[in-house]
Amino acid sequence: MKDKPETILLGHGSGGRLSHDLIEGLFSKWFDNDILRQQGDSAIVPFAGGKLAFTTDSFVVDPLFFPGGDIGKLAVAGTVNDLAVSGARPRYLSCGFIIEEGLAFEVLEKVVESMAKEAKKAGVLLVTGDTKVVDRGKCDKIFINTSGIGSLADKHRNISSGSTIEPGDKVIINGSIGDHGMAVMAARNELKIVANIQSDCACLNTLISDALLESDQVKFMRDATRGGLGTVLSELVKGKSFGIRLNETDLVIRDGVRGMCELLGFDPLYVANEGKVVMVVGKEDAEKALFSIRQNKMGKHAAIIGEITKEHQGKAWLQTVVGGKRVIEMLSGQQLPRIC
Amino acid sequence: MKYIDEYRDKSIVLALANEIKKTSTKPVRLMEVCGGHTMSIQKFGIPYLLPKTVELISGPGCPVCVTSRAFIDKAVAYSRRGEVIITTYGDLIRVPGSSSSLDIEKAKGADIRTVYSILDALSIAKENRKKKVVFLGIGFETTAPGSAAGLVKAQMAGLRNFFLFSAHKVMPPAMETLIDEGVQIDGYVGPGHVSAITGETIYLDIPKKYGLGVVISGFEPVDLMQSILMLVKQFENNDPKVEIQYTRVVRPEGNLKAQQMLDEVFEFGDDWWRGLGVLKNSGLKIREKYAMHDAEKKIEVEVEPTREPKGCICGEILRGIKKPKDCKLFATACTPSNPVGACMVSNEGSCAAHYLYNR
Repeated sequence: MKDKPETILLGHGSGGRLSHDLIEGLFSKWFDNDILRQQGDSAIVPFAGGKLAFTTDSFVVDPLFFPGGDIGKLAVAGTVNDLAVSGARPRYLSCGFIIEEGLAFEVLEKVVESMAKEAKKAGVLLVTGDTKVVDRGKCDKIFINTSGIGSLADKHRNISSGSTIEPGDKVIINGSIGDHGMAVMAARNELKIVANIQSDCACLNTLISDALLESDQVKFMRDATRGGLGTVLSELVKGKSFGIRLNETDLVIRDGVRGMCELLGFDPLYVANEGKVVMVVGKEDAEKALFSIRQNKMGKHAAIIGEITKEHQGKAWLQTVVGGKRVIEMLSGQQLPRIC
Repeated sequence: MKYIDEYRDKSIVLALANEIKKTSTKPVRLMEVCGGHTMSIQKFGIPYLLPKTVELISGPGCPVCVTSRAFIDKAVAYSRRGEVIITTYGDLIRVPGSSSSLDIEKAKGADIRTVYSILDALSIAKENRKKKVVFLGIGFETTAPGSAAGLVKAQMAGLRNFFLFSAHKVMPPAMETLIDEGVQIDGYVGPGHVSAITGETIYLDIPKKYGLGVVISGFEPVDLMQSILMLVKQFENNDPKVEIQYTRVVRPEGNLKAQQMLDEVFEFGDDWWRGLGVLKNSGLKIREKYAMHDAEKKIEVEVEPTREPKGCICGEILRGIKKPKDCKLFATACTPSNPVGACMVSNEGSCAAHYLYNR
């Protein structure tokens, strides 16, 4: 790290630049190995002559239940999606619970039931787990960690790194942006905002596997969670010999989300999603992939939102609604804590 | 009518851009003095739509940016007292003080809470009668009436444990000082929300004394383009005056009720602005009548000596003399996640806006 921080701040867990600094400056330094250096959504590891995708994620969302989902659904979908966007077929999940003394059993049961339902929908098995209970006040109700493994077909091995992306490729997203972050914000009654916003929290593995069946030109995928679409795109082009042009007019932003963003001063580009995948697809196959995605319930509002360009190497550019132009940077500083 | 799409209509914006291009024959420098404008200009890529003759520069319009380091240091000192709960708008949390910041103090255990309104801070005071709840009041004529209303409510409710730490400021002295100091500008994009409170009369001296136009503008792309066009026309015709573009919100006389509220609680006093120094009668100080809620009078703390960061040119950037890119620290030592100067902290700061949208 450039400057070693004295203390860990909320921002270090934001998924933005501070998290990035923490990973680079501390974790990568000590844990360094070839596989870790891939830095994809999942680690791609060799196994028994083939390849496995392996990932882990922790969930601390506040409140536990919000319109469109809950911490349990999120814990399954988050890990399933991290595997799926690496091109893998999600298979097995583990789950670890850290529970605060005094939590109502009913609440825990609701969360577990929700996890089971979501896992069934996604076709994954929860095969191992662990439970710890801590003194009242030592954690906030319940925290969940899930890890997952999935099998990776050899032809999809480059999706995680995006190493075959070239100018002319199209950027696709499977629907509206910013729903999850704003749904959670609205559900926190501290804001006293009544907004009809549903989180988009959902497993995307079927949508993704259908698209992969339809086209072998899917060159990169990432789920646009914390940091939002903007952060995904700026990370994708960082240090690369291509750029991205994003058309603001092609983005789908629901009225409620947009209204809340305007009110609170957030840019929807940086607001978290939990059911959105960004895909880079070869030019010829883009329409075909889009058609396939739109067949899925989670992809009805899918759209081609941009293109890989030769110009602006290493930068993501937004063509604004009014015809202006600006750079899209990684999220920095304005993140919302505990939204997943 | 949602007041969003209508004012982001590409065809109208492009038509205005065309009109500006046709009208503007000589170089003109326009300054916006509202952080909301700075944000909007960068977010929508407005500079890209303007002819080379029209240059936009950002002035001291971001409340966080003009606030002194000493204010943060004092807030940090308050937060270190066990009986104090600090309540603040989120922007201030990450602003670096001389040796600490509120987010570092929070991580170390201080009770610091982000609120969206002073009314939330009042509720916190009600629920924590044994604690002293300090609200950090920053901002211009836009946020100051809220703070004033909060103090009136606290007084009425007998909330003796509620305190305002005021760094509230008023805009016109800064606008005049910039011209006095010789900053080369040809017109002001007038702040929309400040003017909604104050009305247009506070700017009347600017065309009269200095021969510069002021167009009070809204925040959407159509608003900004139209305001720029109005300013360019004034400049080309040598006809400086105060005009309101943002007529759907700003009335010439302003919001009288809010003005009364301000007058009830605050009186003018000299105040320190980053980049501008001490400006006469530019600060809003709490009147004697409300002294029991004045944090500075009622809570004693020892504050560390203020140290300004080396190499930081926030001051010159706030005066519009230099641009963020002229700063050696910009995007190297100073980034939004590790800000050195205040202009990089707030979303509305010109360095943060340039970093995020225009690098």
